[in-house]
Amino acid sequence: MSQTAAGIIFIASLILAIALVHKPLGDYMARVYTGLRHNRVERLVYRLVGVRPDAEQRWGVYARSLLAFSLISILVVYGLQRLQDKLFLSLGFAPVPDHVAWNTAISFVTNTNWQAYSGESTMGHLVQMAGLAVQNFVSAAVGMAVAVALIRGFARRGSETVGNFWVDLVRGSLRILLPIAFVGALVLVAGGLVQNFTGPHEITTLTGGVQNLTGGPVAGQEAIKELGTNGGGFYNTNSSHPFENATTWTNWFEIFLILVIPFALPRAFGRMVGQLRQGYAIVAVMATLAVLSVVLLNVFELAGNATVPQAIGAAMEGKEVRFGASNSATFAAATTLTSTGAVNSFHDSFTPLGGMMTLLNMMLGEVAPGGVGAGLYGMLILAVITVFVAGLMVGRTPEYLGKRIGAREMKLASLYFLVTPVLVLTGTAVAMANEAGLAAMLNNGPHGFSEILYAFTSASNNNGSAFGGVTVNTPWYDVALGLCMVLGRFLPIIFVLALAGSLAAQKPVPASAGTLPTHRPQFVGLVVGVTIIVVALTFLPALALGPLAEGIH
Amino acid sequence: MSAQTLEAPQAPRRVGGGLLDPRQLLASLPDAARKLNPATLWRNPVMFIVEVGAAATTILAFTDPSFFAWAIAVWLWLTTLFANLAEAVAEGRGKAQAATLRAAKRDTTARRLRARTGFDWDQVGATELRQGDFVVVEAGEIIPGDGDVVEGIASVDESAITGESAPVIRESGGDRSAVTGGTKVLSDRIVVQITQKPGESFIDRMIALVEGANRQKTPNEIALNILLAALTIIFLVTTITMQPMAIYAKAVNPGVADSLALTADGVSGVVLISLLVCLIPTTIGALLSAIGIAGMDRLVQRNVLAMSGRAVEAAGDVSTLLLDKTGTITLGNRQAADFMPAPGANHGELAAAAQLASLADETPEGRSIVVYAKETYGLRERAPGELTHAHWVPFTAQTRMSGVDVDGRQVRKGAATAVMKWIREHGGHPTEQVGHLVDGVSASGGTPLVVGEVADGKARVLGVIHLKDVVKQGMRERFDEMRRMGIRTVMITGDNPLTAKAIADEAGVDDFLAEATPEDKLALIKKEQEGGRLVAMTGDGTNDAPALAQADVGVAMNTGTSAAKEAGNMVDLDSNPTKLIEIVEIGKQLLITRGALTTFSIANDIAKYFAIIPAMFAAVYPGLDALNVMRLASPQSAILAAVIFNAIVIVALIPLALRGVRYRPSSASKLLSRNLYLYGVGGIVAPFAGIKLIDLLIQFLPGMS
Repeated sequence: MSQTAAGIIFIASLILAIALVHKPLGDYMARVYTGLRHNRVERLVYRLVGVRPDAEQRWGVYARSLLAFSLISILVVYGLQRLQDKLFLSLGFAPVPDHVAWNTAISFVTNTNWQAYSGESTMGHLVQMAGLAVQNFVSAAVGMAVAVALIRGFARRGSETVGNFWVDLVRGSLRILLPIAFVGALVLVAGGLVQNFTGPHEITTLTGGVQNLTGGPVAGQEAIKELGTNGGGFYNTNSSHPFENATTWTNWFEIFLILVIPFALPRAFGRMVGQLRQGYAIVAVMATLAVLSVVLLNVFELAGNATVPQAIGAAMEGKEVRFGASNSATFAAATTLTSTGAVNSFHDSFTPLGGMMTLLNMMLGEVAPGGVGAGLYGMLILAVITVFVAGLMVGRTPEYLGKRIGAREMKLASLYFLVTPVLVLTGTAVAMANEAGLAAMLNNGPHGFSEILYAFTSASNNNGSAFGGVTVNTPWYDVALGLCMVLGRFLPIIFVLALAGSLAAQKPVPASAGTLPTHRPQFVGLVVGVTIIVVALTFLPALALGPLAEGIH
Repeated sequence: MSAQTLEAPQAPRRVGGGLLDPRQLLASLPDAARKLNPATLWRNPVMFIVEVGAAATTILAFTDPSFFAWAIAVWLWLTTLFANLAEAVAEGRGKAQAATLRAAKRDTTARRLRARTGFDWDQVGATELRQGDFVVVEAGEIIPGDGDVVEGIASVDESAITGESAPVIRESGGDRSAVTGGTKVLSDRIVVQITQKPGESFIDRMIALVEGANRQKTPNEIALNILLAALTIIFLVTTITMQPMAIYAKAVNPGVADSLALTADGVSGVVLISLLVCLIPTTIGALLSAIGIAGMDRLVQRNVLAMSGRAVEAAGDVSTLLLDKTGTITLGNRQAADFMPAPGANHGELAAAAQLASLADETPEGRSIVVYAKETYGLRERAPGELTHAHWVPFTAQTRMSGVDVDGRQVRKGAATAVMKWIREHGGHPTEQVGHLVDGVSASGGTPLVVGEVADGKARVLGVIHLKDVVKQGMRERFDEMRRMGIRTVMITGDNPLTAKAIADEAGVDDFLAEATPEDKLALIKKEQEGGRLVAMTGDGTNDAPALAQADVGVAMNTGTSAAKEAGNMVDLDSNPTKLIEIVEIGKQLLITRGALTTFSIANDIAKYFAIIPAMFAAVYPGLDALNVMRLASPQSAILAAVIFNAIVIVALIPLALRGVRYRPSSASKLLSRNLYLYGVGGIVAPFAGIKLIDLLIQFLPGMS
């Protein structure tokens, strides 16, 4: 079987699997977030934390709870790293330097999982499990909570409240992420991933070199790494390491885990607003963008426009032979389209246009399908903006799902979509105009520039993957990228929750023939168009000086 | 309500709508130039940025002169000027209208009564009048202020505000008591109680409205402004952050010679500002306020005064339309539609008797019987004077019938029960058949009139006249259109449910409210609003005032009472309730124009990038020349062409902004498709052609290669 045919089967089977799973999973998630009952474990948690699970919160309280929880999370992860030598299971590693600890704490709490460090040689098992792995669950649950709060904004009529953050957080973690991750980990163990507590093994390689191999609770962390669109690998080489991603088969399964929740959330959205077709429209937008991106990335990588790739049939530099060009491209698309950031190949070594696709995927704002929760709320914001312009064109005050998009809603939606482009472009520009920023570049010219652009795009969009080629583990980059991550995560969340609050307070306008239908292919096409055009207009100059300059001849 | 309806001649328009007159552009130039003042321009952030850019470019052109820099500077100033021109032209039309109104607002004096019932008066200036004062106005005098007639009846020339030259009757009591200051009494004497506060007369408000003096941004306009501001910020960030990236690009390609666009210091200021101005949504930013002013203006041209832009916008959102049956849906009067003879009588007998009984009946119903008899049976219309011995029996509320006694024969027509009783009293025995005929007419929503006679001592019923509410022509089509637009129409009538249903079915409204009282109306509006719907209605009576105030769009008839005019948020000077439908369409058109031009403006950016990015960077990265799909002559001509296109498109779209985009009632889906193709796809394609064309022309200018 040719590489192309294999690639096509790989993608088609993934689409099929996700299509099969998204309905039951979406319905299940809708039930989880709308259910009234608390199970015994949950009640225990609520009692320990001291919250009343049946008390509904206004958006402001919801946001404050979320921010407080995240702040505490950052402090805990930071503390665990700084004190790891004093605690157990440190594998003898020294305390993590302050700027790395700050960057890593922010990175994992914001669901970015940007790794300025090399996992196996920096973090002990305690930090990995009690710090990073815990955040892999809860940071993902936070994203879903925000999405659910926004859905409630659309679904509720004249309500002052948008739900209870603590309940959403606990249920998302315990009822959705934990069970799926558990099953996922078992499957991955079966697929050949390690799950143990061993320290470093010294191994002599075939060529006679010496290598240190560390074991660890890899499979468990791997499952949630993908499922929660986290992406922080146990090992530095992430999912290209055989212990993290053993075979083509586990590669397929990891991509499946990455995509399964983001693609199922629109179904939950449709369920919760009582109009399944609205969920289908949203999922159709995501799928259209995703398929476009996956296909283009595959084409660019398989076609490969340099001499060597053409000689061997595909651009294989930086890719694992186990996976091949196509499956690496598909993984790269999945990991950048969601805010995962796990990698099974070196994006830096992709063809210039293939690399540009990974950049563009993130620049879309992580919405196709995006991170768990974050993808849905990002996409709903884009839908709101599209509805506004299109709604005016049908001669009515724009409304989405019966909720009017007035000045306040537009202000919040506009602020949302301003945040990441401003962070990406400002961050990149400051790096390019600054000694500390330029000093870290290992490559020159447009490619070097792309690497920095990629770093800021990845951090600001909470993706976490790295193009590579930049020495980012310097105090300057750790601080700058940490700022991008924290602002890129929490500013949009505040705007989304405020939007949820103002939408929930509205009474819906009943739909009529004069209402813009938001479930038809027309609307799907429009959202796709608006997304691509807005992103293209924002980033074209930067892309022109990076991947386009390198890739067009 | 008068029978003045659909067929009523349109009032002459004061200022023509339609295409832009080039003279108007020229006349508005001074105003446009005045608007360059940054102290006022900052209220439009997009254009303010263009002006700042123009000023900066001018300075750059002074410090480092080149033809290119000067050309860009000039065109950036023109861009700002064109934007101001759009607003000035729109305001200019309003000012012209205000001038005609001001002419009506002459300094008048008033004869203020010392006591309401007395005859003693003082001569005072109109401006000294206070609410509650009584003034007396006689033929030939100008009414000094808005108020209600409390005594007398007069014919009034209201052409100053309505443009309609035929005089109207104003009388005390009832729904035709309101008079407007500045109008002229043509006959008789009336006493008016002043209801306005000084300086807040109807004409004052009209002047302020058409001039746009206290124009406030409407909710959708504010929301759109936020979006435009966000886009502007994004493009500001995009262009500013490009600079360090460009410097780096130039630095790693040391072999490339400096160009006009890119040097070691980065992209030149002039080019950077050009890119920014091309990217920010200048087209819609320039035209936004003109669109709003023109929307109000279109209403004024149809003789509707909206008290706020918010009301116009709400009109586009209306999802329930409450329409009075009489005068709006039906012609306002019942008309004879059929003669049905009773057993033992024939059509000819019945028609003759019906005509005879109606000759002296001056009510519209009576006239319609005579007309029907003439048109259908060829009976000559006889003047009452012809029958010298006739004794005419007029209609009274007690007898509920009218007729004539002539040559020993008595003919009566009237309400079924009354005429039947009269027949029985004269020894007649109406057959059951007549009862069936009467019931049949009632069941079909009509009004039955029974015609009977007593001749030679014998009383008998001749037959039944079917009086019918005549639905105006074309109403069904209008309501079908409304339905396609997603608007529910509800007919309001005092008729019984049976009659109401028949007319509702015939007219094709979605629902009806029968035997409606003002309280029912108010309750219906509240119920609709509870469900999230916006309601529009018309009204003229004082008892309509609460409902007019509650409705999202309340259109008061100019013939109505002051209370109604005060309660509504629009006044129709023609007092034509059908106009509500047009108002809704204008509201929609206003929003569509904004949306369409926003889409166009954003879509334009794609082509501009394809012009400017290769112009800036193809020197360092030759591959980027592939983006120069328009094959523009040189970097300079490409950038200048984009800037010129950006400016010219504003002027080119001023007529569209003032006229509004074409609107045909249809479903949201169809509207969107059409506008997307026209303004979305068109907005992507048009600038490619436009910029290329301009480039072809300007490439021969000096400094362009």
